[in-house]
Amino acid sequence: MTKDVKTRLLYERPDWDFPTLQRIHDAIAEIAHKELGLDTYPNQIEIITSEQMLDAYASTGMPLFYKHWSFGKHFTQSEAGYRSGMMGLAYEIVINSNPCISYLMEENTTTMQTLVIAHAAFGHNHFFKNNYLFQQWTDAEGILPYLEFAKSFIAHCEERYGHSAVERLLDAAHALMSHGIHRSPRRKRPDLMSEQRREQERHLHQEQIYNDLWRTVVPAKGHHGKQETIDDRRLALLELPQENLLYFLEKTAPRLQPWQREILRIVRLIAQYFYPQRQTKVMNEGCATYCHYKILTRLHEQGQISDGSFLEILQSHTNVIAQPGFDSPAFSGFNPYALGFAMMQDIERICTDPTDEDREWFPEIAGNGDGMGTLREIWANYRDESFISQFLSPNLMRKLRLFQIGDEPGEPEIAVEAIHDERGYRKLRRSLARQYDIGWQDPDIKIVDVDLSGDRRLVLQYQTLQGAALEETSAKTVLQHLADLWGYDVVLKEVSPNNDTVIAEHSAQSRPVFF
Amino acid sequence: MHIVDRRLNSSGKSLPNRQRFLRRVRGEVQKAVHDISKDRQIRNLEAEAEITIPTDGINEPTFRRKSQSGKRSIVLPGNRHYVEGDTIPRPQGGDGGGGSEGSPDGSGEDGFRFVLTKDEFLDMFLEDLELPDLSKRRVAMIVADTPRRAGYSMDGSPSRLAIARTMRNALSRRIALNRPTDAEKKILEDEIAALAESGDDPERLIMLRGEYDIMQTRTLRIPYIDPIDLRYRRFESVPKPVAQAVMFCLMDVSGSMTEHMKDLAKRFFMLLYVFLSRRYDNVDIVFIRHTHEAAEVDEETFFRSTETGGTVVSSALVKMREIIADRYSPSDWNIYAAQASDGDNSPGDHLAASEMLSVILPDCQHFSYVEVSESSEGTVGYVPHQTSLWRTYSELLEDCDNLAMRKVSNPRDIYPVFRDLFLRRNATAESPA
Repeated sequence: MTKDVKTRLLYERPDWDFPTLQRIHDAIAEIAHKELGLDTYPNQIEIITSEQMLDAYASTGMPLFYKHWSFGKHFTQSEAGYRSGMMGLAYEIVINSNPCISYLMEENTTTMQTLVIAHAAFGHNHFFKNNYLFQQWTDAEGILPYLEFAKSFIAHCEERYGHSAVERLLDAAHALMSHGIHRSPRRKRPDLMSEQRREQERHLHQEQIYNDLWRTVVPAKGHHGKQETIDDRRLALLELPQENLLYFLEKTAPRLQPWQREILRIVRLIAQYFYPQRQTKVMNEGCATYCHYKILTRLHEQGQISDGSFLEILQSHTNVIAQPGFDSPAFSGFNPYALGFAMMQDIERICTDPTDEDREWFPEIAGNGDGMGTLREIWANYRDESFISQFLSPNLMRKLRLFQIGDEPGEPEIAVEAIHDERGYRKLRRSLARQYDIGWQDPDIKIVDVDLSGDRRLVLQYQTLQGAALEETSAKTVLQHLADLWGYDVVLKEVSPNNDTVIAEHSAQSRPVFF
Repeated sequence: MHIVDRRLNSSGKSLPNRQRFLRRVRGEVQKAVHDISKDRQIRNLEAEAEITIPTDGINEPTFRRKSQSGKRSIVLPGNRHYVEGDTIPRPQGGDGGGGSEGSPDGSGEDGFRFVLTKDEFLDMFLEDLELPDLSKRRVAMIVADTPRRAGYSMDGSPSRLAIARTMRNALSRRIALNRPTDAEKKILEDEIAALAESGDDPERLIMLRGEYDIMQTRTLRIPYIDPIDLRYRRFESVPKPVAQAVMFCLMDVSGSMTEHMKDLAKRFFMLLYVFLSRRYDNVDIVFIRHTHEAAEVDEETFFRSTETGGTVVSSALVKMREIIADRYSPSDWNIYAAQASDGDNSPGDHLAASEMLSVILPDCQHFSYVEVSESSEGTVGYVPHQTSLWRTYSELLEDCDNLAMRKVSNPRDIYPVFRDLFLRRNATAESPA
């Protein structure tokens, strides 16, 4: 009997080798695909050292990335943190690509590698492949070749136009990165593979139609039509108002060179690639944590991992999903692993073992008996904000002891606005969901107009949110970058959402011949 | 599934990023390094350094909301005793949320701290320093010869015989002169033997025998290997720049030198050593101390023990010249000298010292004279009156580019002095006094 169990164990020793990893992967794949019905990209598992993990940290986790000083700064920071023991490194990094690349640290024990493979190579992998945001916004096939192209293109520009010119441009582009995203879907899925070809085509086209004569043509005197229609026409032509600032600059800024537009495009496309990840932190980590928990429990039930290993896994799992209370010194906001995992477990409970309350709150899924199917459905079709606003149950709110406080500047005290009771559930759920809404987190800034007939001043508008102003110093710097890219003056108006009154105005002048 | 072992790939992929980062903050880092090196023990100069630089140049600005403005509603976990409608007194410091709700970017006001590696630190430290007049002396600085292969020669020692080349020459000569080969002779011999046995064709036998004789003579006349074929591997001497330096530390150890002065001198010597060891593979140090007579001593004695006696500076210079002549030929060694003294010299020695120095100077890459004095707060280092030795050396200053003089009275002064002494000089005529 004992011998029988032993032969079924996937591994017995804490140090791993490649055949063991392969065995573990296959055993997990069996459970993940057959029992949980996960649908994943093929896996590529890469073993790296802590040094290389630090390298990966510095370039936003991607295996190849263009060079910029800010990555050096982050590397320096995380290295200092790691060396002094202040900060541990992640066990893995996983990349949304096809094949799905997971980086595993060599220091991990076999048990940890098992946990990490289940978590990243199956949990995250399934989420990347199936979530609608990733399908809509990212191109898993094309990302690595595109990064390769971006890296060599920027290196080429550095050689050709000088390090400082490229650095200034990237500084400016990075400052606007969070506003270089299309928030509503466009005609077709991005196709990063063809980006390199398209860059060459644009370049070629420009060379073909180049005619020196056009430079010398005197522009015609503007005709005087009806003022309003001209305004409308101009706004329509420029696709205004436009919230994707980088897109607008790439297409419209009058003074940029083609290579500068291309670099803006690169930064913009990369920002767009990461956009779904920012919107699905809770779901993505919840999905991966839920999957590894399910898979490893199953492996243990089948006797493929020993009791000791399973305890090690549980210990690590418990650390990952710890959610300290607001008054604990360890508190630093919601832990996406904890919240995601708790919600998914709760959904499974609602599906299989609902209470009356659940039936009232979730009539569609309560008691349908198919937890896994329901979750797969949810993973595919929601993002954090919609996920929380629809599936956070009163039961879980009670468990987490959620409450909401209102902080009004000027008031001497902070008011408790809602707690986990009948009156508070919906309020809490709405507020928490909104905390995960990117549209709510990022300030809402649009380009609203360009003074084409006058001094070409670019007009931006920031809609204040419940009276929150922009942080001035950084806003000024970013605006300066924007003015440099635009080539003419820029003004940013902070307006209140209801009556469009201007609360504050910032402006920046472009520095001559900066780019 | 693929498993790829990336561990063998070189790490340090983000090194270019770090270099870009350091380049961007160069000014700030240099200033920080400057400040640190003032306070650091010089023997510890070559070590990592944690530095803090202002974050002005390395902010990554984005549009974001002010953290303390506007009405905010926040959902938090872990409620124990609040009910709706309760009020919570605002935490100290105006932090709006409960506990650690403070913005993670709030720490942006502090400097950015990071660690410079040993190499980065020293590079920054030595960055704008260069060997004095290096370019001028570089050509002359030379010259140890090293042999290098350079083709073949007709003569040489047997050990350098190039056999393959020799045999090739011999073969082509033998073919050109038509020396019969062993195989040709063997065929003829066989034919003769066959004919002689059978006795069929006596005429042909005679003819063949004649032919064979001619063949024999040819073989004897044309040697297998002729002296003319011999080739030897040729070597040429190539002058190689000297990558070694010797550093002479001269110090007055008479009673008038206090511990404080010696400490100043020591720091200066140390710094010079660090500097030289970065530039040369191999740096020797010679310690010469002197009172009224000079002696070469080890480091410990040099700095620790005291002597009594007068002060005759020329004795140290004479000793240095002896040692140079004895062990450090200027053609093999780059010679640096640093002299520390309180400026006293016996009145009768001025002329001798001055003469001896002008003899030594042409052999030196650099000779620096540091005059140390007691710490005098307020007048930082500049003693109003000129000491006798200072006056003596000043006379030489005009003619010699490689002599430099400085006064030091405080550890803080050492680094700036050192920088001045070795600062990249655009015009060699620039007088450092």
